Amino acid sequence: MNRTCIVIGASHAAAQLTTSLRQEGWEGDILVIGDEPHLPYHRPPLSKAFLSGEKTAESLPIRPAAFYQKNDIQFRQGRVTAINRDQQTLTLVGGGGESEQLSYDKLALCTGARVRKVELPGSDLDGIHYLRDMADAESIKRSVAEGQHAVIIGGGYVGLETAASLRQLGMQVTLLERGPRILGRVTALEVSEFYHRVHTESGVCIHTHVPVAGFSGNGRVQKVVCADGTEFPAHLVVVGVGVMPNTELAEMAGLNVDSGIVVDEGCRTNDQNIVAAGDCANQLNRLYGCRIRLESVPNATEQAKIAAASVCGKSSASEFLPWFWSDQYNLKLQIAGLSQGYDQLVIRGDRFTGRSFAAFYFKEGRLIAADCVNRPQEYLLSKRIIAQNLAVQPDRFADESVPVKELLLADSPVLVTVGGCSQTA
Amino acid sequence: MGSITFIEHDGAEHAVEIETGKSLMQIAMNNGVPGIDADCGGEAACGTCHVIVDGDWIAATGKAGDEELQMLDMTPDRAPTSRLACQIIATDAMDGLVARLPEFQM
Repeated sequence: MNRTCIVIGASHAAAQLTTSLRQEGWEGDILVIGDEPHLPYHRPPLSKAFLSGEKTAESLPIRPAAFYQKNDIQFRQGRVTAINRDQQTLTLVGGGGESEQLSYDKLALCTGARVRKVELPGSDLDGIHYLRDMADAESIKRSVAEGQHAVIIGGGYVGLETAASLRQLGMQVTLLERGPRILGRVTALEVSEFYHRVHTESGVCIHTHVPVAGFSGNGRVQKVVCADGTEFPAHLVVVGVGVMPNTELAEMAGLNVDSGIVVDEGCRTNDQNIVAAGDCANQLNRLYGCRIRLESVPNATEQAKIAAASVCGKSSASEFLPWFWSDQYNLKLQIAGLSQGYDQLVIRGDRFTGRSFAAFYFKEGRLIAADCVNRPQEYLLSKRIIAQNLAVQPDRFADESVPVKELLLADSPVLVTVGGCSQTA
Repeated sequence: MGSITFIEHDGAEHAVEIETGKSLMQIAMNNGVPGIDADCGGEAACGTCHVIVDGDWIAATGKAGDEELQMLDMTPDRAPTSRLACQIIATDAMDGLVARLPEFQM
């Protein structure tokens, strides 16, 4: 009897999950439902090389159409509006509004996350953009005008990458952050200061402690108005104030949801026929000993592999080390681990005048994370130390006369206890 | 059109068609070769596409660049002909090339 696995969502997690299903021996049908008219594509370049024009749309697909054809992986464009777990069916609404019922044997929720929108006076004016998918990025690209003002709202990674790309395209860029510093939720003050300096040196005007109150313009945005009355001219506005997981479908279907679809170590939900992977999933991270929902491509890929194994009835789990990267100007930031809850920061390199340094985050003498700017060796070393839970001497990390490889003592013992984690999704 | 063979650490072989102008990482992805995940999409940011180029083929691929070397230098599986597959652009001269995958990616 032929069986069907339906994947809802068509991005990084879906691309890997479908591939892994075939590698794990799934012989039944595979259908992917996505709401964009594209095969799964690389999202990280949207705010980076794609926006700045170094990469074209043709270079973005994760795998080509021929791969999916060869592996008999079908795609359909549309939106799933309901899941009936008792009947093992779902309701698909197609582009023309027509609706139909599809049956599944196994279901994978790779629904991802969507941007958080601002609801302020004038926030529906033309020229106010968000950045999550290819259509968003293309729309921003069409609005780019050299010499004109762009205002970025939000000093997180997407905001900063977008600021860098728009600067490279010759726009005058202002970045407004409501908090006391950029990257305030994700890095140490020292790293925020570094990025503040680099962006300022590159011509971005950063204003912190600036909540936006609204937008003015006639049909099209002309000014961003701040809470204190300050106005910034804007030909183009990009809002990057975070995302939220797409969990409504799971919730309506009665699956456990807690700031993300709750899954076990095999990426299984509380329904034995349904798995979830990627930005929408909340899973226990075994290295950090806490439940987290990560917005990250590597995490989506990792969870997708595990979810595929589970769909095929195999047991699989991982000790995934969260990692992230961000490209801005000529800076390659590689982040290993999660820094929340650190009690000691050690800097290696010159963060005040240079463009290459690493920030190591320790908790009770144990390395828990590292932000590495143009420091691939420190990054890879940190990954190994954190993943293997090796004991190190924090103070030595600041000493550049000690080669990176020697920071790891030949006899570094493996620490036994698993650190708790204060990270919340 | 020639072919390139990826050999997994357990010996499983994947002979795939050369796509001139594409990176070896993308070619591996396009053919679903397990063990190359290309987490970063080819930015030399993740080190998850480490391959060991077989024998004399390193002359056709060229040696690793500086940034690439720094990353390769940190993996215990490093060999003299180690490369990041995302940094090798396929040419017709690579017909017959063999690239071996390490047991673990970085």
